[in-house]
Amino acid sequence: MSHADDHAGTRRDFLYYATAGAGAVVTGAAVWPLVNQMNPSADVQALSSIRVDVSGVEPGTQLTVKWLGKPVFIRRRTPEEIEMARGVPMSDLPDPNARNANLPEGAEATDPNRALSPEGAEGEAAEEWLVMMGVCTHLGCVPLGEAGDFGGWFCPCHGSHYDTAGRIRRGPAPENLPVPVARFDGESEIVLG
Amino acid sequence: MSGIPHDHYEPKTGGEKWLHARLPVLGLLYDTLFIPTPKNLNWMWIWGIVLAFCLVLQIATGIVLVMHYTPHVDYAFASVEHIVRDVNGGHMLRYLHANGASLFFFAVYIHIFRGLYYGSYKAPREVTWIVGMLIYLLMMATGFMGYVLPWGQMSFWGATVITGLFGAIPLIGEPIQTWLLGGPAVDNATLNRFFSLHYLLPFVIAGLVIVHIWAFHSTGNNNPTGVEVRRGSKAEAEKDTLPFWPYFVIKDLFGLAVVLLIFFAVVGFMPNYLGHPDNYIEANPLATPAHIVPEWYFLPFYAILRAFTADVWVVMFASWITGGIITAKFFGVLAMFGAIAVMALVPWLDTSSVRSGRYRPMFKWWFALLVVDFIVLMWCGAMPAEPPYSTISLIGATYWFAYFLVILPLLGVIEKPKAPPATIEEDFDAHYAPHTGGTETIVKPAE
Repeated sequence: MSHADDHAGTRRDFLYYATAGAGAVVTGAAVWPLVNQMNPSADVQALSSIRVDVSGVEPGTQLTVKWLGKPVFIRRRTPEEIEMARGVPMSDLPDPNARNANLPEGAEATDPNRALSPEGAEGEAAEEWLVMMGVCTHLGCVPLGEAGDFGGWFCPCHGSHYDTAGRIRRGPAPENLPVPVARFDGESEIVLG
Repeated sequence: MSGIPHDHYEPKTGGEKWLHARLPVLGLLYDTLFIPTPKNLNWMWIWGIVLAFCLVLQIATGIVLVMHYTPHVDYAFASVEHIVRDVNGGHMLRYLHANGASLFFFAVYIHIFRGLYYGSYKAPREVTWIVGMLIYLLMMATGFMGYVLPWGQMSFWGATVITGLFGAIPLIGEPIQTWLLGGPAVDNATLNRFFSLHYLLPFVIAGLVIVHIWAFHSTGNNNPTGVEVRRGSKAEAEKDTLPFWPYFVIKDLFGLAVVLLIFFAVVGFMPNYLGHPDNYIEANPLATPAHIVPEWYFLPFYAILRAFTADVWVVMFASWITGGIITAKFFGVLAMFGAIAVMALVPWLDTSSVRSGRYRPMFKWWFALLVVDFIVLMWCGAMPAEPPYSTISLIGATYWFAYFLVILPLLGVIEKPKAPPATIEEDFDAHYAPHTGGTETIVKPAE
């Protein structure tokens, strides 16, 4: 500091570093709460699980519920829609991942892997229900149902087309519509989250 | 201040001397107001004053609007209607504020393109340019958050799309998006923080405006010839310049008056012309409007964002070379911010030895094409994302980058510029014949 030839660590050097270090830690500790207050608050986090009654949903119709501030599509598909989704070869899918939170990561995006089955259901009934986030994976708009070139959903914002299993087929969206953590409780109630 | 020789403030009365010894604030005002200014400035130099007016207008109307606005998802929409219908003169205040944002951006775009044409960004004015770009970025952030506050459908879905841009960042994108929104989706927490920041940022802009003015008062103004003011002596400098007060103040105020005439006609007779009818529908998280369009001043960059879809070869290449980390979505985000970044870097991308575009025969045409490109991109941004608009956007976006990254660096080498005049005085005399008498006499600064 004061002497050009005095390069070895001195008491004064130590005090400078210690003071600067303590200053940095204190500043960080003071700033962190100001940053962290912007993360979701306790009341927002508390709304993370809801129950939905689906007894009134007929084949070919759809229910949209709000969960965690976002729409969830619950659709009871017709046999034709299931047939159409089953007939798509995996190689036609831009995103081959099922994006199903109830399955192990990396599961294939086949139709059975996208559907939510009531307990003990088999055959067509096991693939009847499609539960997924109604949030386009491009920039978060809500896609329109029974629209687009693949008979499924169409996002009006930037033109993403999803098929009858909610899988991205064409447009800027990178991923299939995600299937949230969900399960059937009995035959007519779905628990989200 | 400017390095241009000129008279300095001398305190005369006892009171002035007393204050000057303690706080030289009068000297600062004097030097700022009487700064020698190139006498050949044309009408493109009035937009700085228009911009200063806009900032004051927005802060003044904004502060009084806050006295009646409620930043809560249940009341925000109704409180804006309350302002328009019930508050005394509220409709005028609200529409002045909403259209004031449009005037602000209109003026800033002319101001920026003025700088791009006359080479105002070139040495030694790089810092002025960079500070100006920071102001522009803050203006965009402020304008975007302000548009969310009325809590209409466009407010809500615009906020969803734009905050979704941050979600496109690989790995850390989603936590950042959640942090920005204060929850899993745009909601009350988002509205509240946007309101807070929308109130704060204009004051940050005001601070940067002072730095912006300080920077170009240090280097002196650029002018249409791009030739520097002579600094050899005070007498020499006075042949090239006139003091800012009263000459340029009066000229700028006349320009401002003409601009305000048109502005008030818009505010009075067509206040919603630049808005979207969808924003008079209250925000609904379960239904997206058929066609989300940002405000007009964001359209060129919105078009660039949408131009790079997964079937464009540069996107495929970027995705392949990064092992899929850069998706089409992230690429679009990078392109949008990159479009502004290349503009900020222009002082180092333009290699020409001549400053003003007036003396650059080839540059003129490329610049004109850039202006057309900007307008075409603006038009594409307002159109749905489908052919032919997607193709036109891609061509437009490509030209935008090519202009800054390829054309400007190469032009400096290829082009043979014309000789600029030796002095500002020479240019001025060529326009306003000095020795012919008649009406066009030269005005001498008060001596």
